[in-house]
Amino acid sequence: MPRQSQTGRLTRGNKPQPGRHTPPRVGPLAGRLADVPVLSVDELIADQDVHIIVCCGSGGVGKTTTSAALALRAAEHGRKVVVLTIDPARRLAQSLGLAELDNTPRTVVGVDTSKNGSLDAMMLDMKRTFDEVVGSHATPAKAEQILSNPFYQALSSSFAGTQEYMAMEKLGQLHAEALAVGRWDLIVVDTPPSRSALDFLDAPERLSSFLDGRLIKLLLAPAKGPARLLSAGMSAVTNALSKVLGGQTLRDVQTFVAAFDTLFGGFRARAEKTYRVLRAPQTAFLVVATPESDALREAAFFVERLAAERMPLAGLVLNRVTERPTPGLTSRAADAAAERLDRLDDIEGLTIALLHLHSSRLSRLEQEQGLRRRFAAAHPQVPTATIHALASDVSDLASLRRVGESLAV
Amino acid sequence: MSQPSDLSGVRLHIVTGKGGTGKTTVAAALALALASGGKKVLLCEVEDRQGIASIFDVAPLPYAERRIAVGPDGGEVFALAIDTEAALLEYLDMFYRLGKAGKALDRFGVIDFATTIAPGLGDVLLTGKVFEATRRSEAGRPTYDAVVLDAPPTGRIGRFLNVNTEVAGIAKVGLIRNQADSIMGLLKSGQTRIHLVTSLEEMPVQETLDSIIELEGIGLPIGVILVNLATESELASGDLHAAVRSELDETRIEATLKEAGVEADPPVVAGLLELARQHGERVMLEREQQTRLEAAGVPVVALPDVDGGIDLGALYELANQLCASAEF
Ligand SMILES: Nc1ncnc2c1ncn2[C@@H]1O[C@H](COP(=O)(O)OP(=O)(O)OP(=O)(O)O)[C@@H](O)[C@H]1O
Ligand SMILES: Nc1ncnc2c1ncn2[C@@H]1O[C@H](COP(=O)(O)OP(=O)(O)OP(=O)(O)O)[C@@H](O)[C@H]1O
Ligand SMILES: [Mg+2]
Ligand SMILES: [Mg+2]
Repeated sequence: MPRQSQTGRLTRGNKPQPGRHTPPRVGPLAGRLADVPVLSVDELIADQDVHIIVCCGSGGVGKTTTSAALALRAAEHGRKVVVLTIDPARRLAQSLGLAELDNTPRTVVGVDTSKNGSLDAMMLDMKRTFDEVVGSHATPAKAEQILSNPFYQALSSSFAGTQEYMAMEKLGQLHAEALAVGRWDLIVVDTPPSRSALDFLDAPERLSSFLDGRLIKLLLAPAKGPARLLSAGMSAVTNALSKVLGGQTLRDVQTFVAAFDTLFGGFRARAEKTYRVLRAPQTAFLVVATPESDALREAAFFVERLAAERMPLAGLVLNRVTERPTPGLTSRAADAAAERLDRLDDIEGLTIALLHLHSSRLSRLEQEQGLRRRFAAAHPQVPTATIHALASDVSDLASLRRVGESLAV
Repeated sequence: MSQPSDLSGVRLHIVTGKGGTGKTTVAAALALALASGGKKVLLCEVEDRQGIASIFDVAPLPYAERRIAVGPDGGEVFALAIDTEAALLEYLDMFYRLGKAGKALDRFGVIDFATTIAPGLGDVLLTGKVFEATRRSEAGRPTYDAVVLDAPPTGRIGRFLNVNTEVAGIAKVGLIRNQADSIMGLLKSGQTRIHLVTSLEEMPVQETLDSIIELEGIGLPIGVILVNLATESELASGDLHAAVRSELDETRIEATLKEAGVEADPPVVAGLLELARQHGERVMLEREQQTRLEAAGVPVVALPDVDGGIDLGALYELANQLCASAEF
């Protein structure tokens, strides 16, 4: 079907965009890991021209952990950082040891500020962001009318999809504030799980297709006065909508759209502005993945999607990579030794268990390297940084610092 | 507070969990398990990712119910990747004779608006299709004995499942209202259970516990917690504790290695001890998380980390584990 959501999402990228070239995505095969370009995270965070870093990737790969660790490291290297999560659950709060993250940036305590950096953290509260936009862009009477409308209430607090529009708003606000006040010089953005992580890039396009479309004219028709004549097509659609939704619900929708009419344009203009900021060289996208086949397949999807949108991809962050155990014992030697011990009597199982741990660690490592080689062969231009799998969870500043160190090696 | 769940009358199994913890894998295994003994099961996905096709290693699924596997002991598993647009067109066709006006809806951008632009409507369509498949019957008996939904992750699940309550709040009367009420009726009934998949890590466990509270608050019934990917301890209990405290007997290990013919220079022994320490730390942390989960008052079922990754064989292995548990 031509309008299937997946292809629909790519339409923007398919359109020729003047003024920028597409970076070549397929080049000479980088079949060896040694040939994979290295992503230097410390250079990235030291680059004063980089103002926004967006971490995206599939579910559970460590986007929140990476954003927090990166933000912390940048702050401790002297950047004035704010980290924004558009994630609905309070995950970042947990990893930053904050009890509450609301719609305003809060200073994270315990950060080393000896290089004059700072770290603020915030979580997107989509309803508050929406309410604030309405409050600041509509007259008090109109704002009142909108805020009490049941459609608005459902839309602003409960509907999936609103988040993506509000994420663009909030990012735009933070960026404007950073420019105007100078409170921050780096915004790190964490994204929600799964493919919807990039849906916010579609916000401007979606608003436009609605605002330039015919549906909105139809919904606004009653507000333009009873004298307006509906075309035959329009009245057929109105009748169909009224049949499906019920007459009263349709009238409620029309009332809501009419009240919102003057605000739509502003939403679009701001979303488009933020979209342009995201596309500019001051932004760096990082795709996060784990060294597993599914996660890397998703990472390839993100890499291609970003290329299609001509978004500046800085590189791939491979998280939870198995650390190489001390050299000197191959997995074959370990297995053979374990087998010999197994045949002896009177041997405590401890040493056998240790040998097993060693050889399974090595074979996991080998498997991961195979997957990484395959990814590199298909995407040889993508610089890569790695984070080792830590034995324990990453839930406080000390462990975030360790993640940051691992990332920067 | 949840009671130990009786899953015998359940026809809709909703599988959620933090991203990457194994929702798709567990949903697939559960569908196989429920099919055993000659049952007919539908496995649905809603995230437009073709996760089912990739896990069963078949071509991308169209918007049609296709048989993709047989149960371990007879039975059939069908799969459906629900697409919002196709679901909307099907819905309009099923309930309204719109004729030409239906085409006009498309020309006016109404279909596109409902499926991709307007927040919330996508979830209405997805839950509506799951409802339809669960309730569908042929010749007086349900088409499917059970429906398994590979659902959105914990961060979005409450909003996703409760979207029809919002719709009911907006549409005061009419067919849409009735539909919304029926969907919420099914979701809150004894025929539905929501299962939460988690690894034994702090954040996934926290999200699982938070989600249980959120879902119970909405009035949605919790089924079981599925602990996935737990690390088996390689060490005996005493050794495990000693390993964590770095108190394993170095000289004995060195001697044993010599006996096995391994050139055990100090770095090799130190490396093995460090591995043991990390392993011990992981196992202890996981045990702590297991205890937290068990305090939630929801049955806990464990699934092993299958060696060598997930393929069809591994799915059957997991399905057998589920069948063997007391809950399924
Ligand atoms: N390098 C690491 N070593 C050990 N544990 C890690 C590492 N990175 C992340 N984790 C753990 O993995 C889990 C998932 O990480 P995180 O929450 O950052 O992922 P996410 O991509 O933001 O997930 P979601 O898609 O649900 O938002 C957490 O429990 C976290 O503590
Ligand atoms: N019991 C298991 N044994 C071994 N590997 C597993 C197991 N369960 C899941 N996996 C692997 O873990 C990864 C994540 O699993 P899966 O895709 O099912 O998670 P998910 O929760 O559906 O992820 P997403 O949030 O991205 O939809 C996959 O690579 C899968 O093969
Ligand atoms: Mg996250
Ligand atoms: Mg999945």
